[in-house]
Amino acid sequence: MYPRSFHYHRAGSLKEAVSMVGQLGEGAKFLAGGQSLIPLLKLRFANPEHLVDLNFIPGTSFIKEDSGALHFGAMTRHAEIERSALARKIPVVHDCAAGIADVQVRNRGTIGGSLAEADPSGDWANALITLDTTVHCLGSDGARTIPLRDFIKDAYTTALAPNELVTEVEVKIPPAGSGGAYIAFKRSAPVYPSASVAVQLTMAGDVCRDAAIALGCVGLTAIRATEAETALRGKSLNDKTIATAAEAARAVADPQSDMRGSADYKRQLVVALVKRAIQIAARRARGEQVEGTHLYA
Amino acid sequence: MPESMPAMATAKRIAVNVHINVNGKPYTREVEPRMLLVEFLREACDLTGTHVGCDTTYCGACTVLMNGLAVKSCTMFAVQADGSEIITVEGLEKSGKLHPIQQAFGDSYGLQCGYCTPGLMLSVHQLLSENPAPSEKEIRKAIAGNTCRCTGYMNIFKAIELAGRNMKGA
Repeated sequence: MYPRSFHYHRAGSLKEAVSMVGQLGEGAKFLAGGQSLIPLLKLRFANPEHLVDLNFIPGTSFIKEDSGALHFGAMTRHAEIERSALARKIPVVHDCAAGIADVQVRNRGTIGGSLAEADPSGDWANALITLDTTVHCLGSDGARTIPLRDFIKDAYTTALAPNELVTEVEVKIPPAGSGGAYIAFKRSAPVYPSASVAVQLTMAGDVCRDAAIALGCVGLTAIRATEAETALRGKSLNDKTIATAAEAARAVADPQSDMRGSADYKRQLVVALVKRAIQIAARRARGEQVEGTHLYA
Repeated sequence: MPESMPAMATAKRIAVNVHINVNGKPYTREVEPRMLLVEFLREACDLTGTHVGCDTTYCGACTVLMNGLAVKSCTMFAVQADGSEIITVEGLEKSGKLHPIQQAFGDSYGLQCGYCTPGLMLSVHQLLSENPAPSEKEIRKAIAGNTCRCTGYMNIFKAIELAGRNMKGA
């Protein structure tokens, strides 16, 4: 399959990329890792006249710790985050990176591209919404930062202007006594998840001090299950409180029936994934090492 | 022509120059930016060992190594591989001797129709370069992006374990 013909431009810096897309106008798009955009071009769902390639810009792929936060360059590949010892400081981040699609896609796909695409079935937005995440952007009016919750507006819709791009993703390192888990349930590795759940807990002994729970692939954007969070806050975690939270999460899930499963099936999946993610997050908050939380057949 | 159709459908062909090192040999070609890497390898380099399977970023039949990392060559433009080192299945054999991964796939009957095999072997190449003695779980994760519809994978696992042992000994 071939996309429609397009003009190819290689940006030498992020600033140049922004001005290129500004000058080329509406028919111009940024090309990051391309693992979603190129399939869309091949199916001719998207037909840009110009592509501005970000892949040759130096200094856009990095992972560093600074002032209590991890900073990810927008073009950092999922695989680089998967391998990073630094990224393991936030288990939700490692879980997410290590489970996206398959090895080949993780070698190309980028954290910035995933957020900028805002696919309702994408992994990064759902995982990072449970953390204090800020998206650094650059446009023709200069740089700005946008909290992730304000960055994602709707399915495939962000706060970015047409000639604005993501430069960096900043994630605050959670306080001591915290643990998190991100579980995406997939029919096979390369496909989008049927449902995904991110849980971030701060514990004091058995008592949950703070909780953030987000549901992915079961709505137009990631859904914060605030009632489920309330059901955990200030409570000791046991089968009953966890089941109450999972039922509250089921109530806010808004899935559609499709080839990945019926709406009822996905609601039931949310219940199971929320329970499992809370249990893993709580174990990690106690300092236990729990590996490999992504699930696929 | 419908209004939404871009004018370029009738415009002059757009071409760019690319220099890609494939299996240690430099290839310089003038290509359209929309040419996929897999088509570049098959059509412009005449290296037809890299297969087009699903053409939708799922099956992994088109997997090649770019600078040592497995990528799906149906999901990259050739122009994006400009200046890089690509290894395809044709580049595994050295001076008439099969690569240990190829030898192990043969010895363990790790293939039937063979369509997925070139892509699989390159995913395995990245795995074994990083981890010569992978666990079964690690093998499963490493080849999760390669679909085989013949073997049921059992002999593929055996081939990968054998290749790892032979490469360690080499």
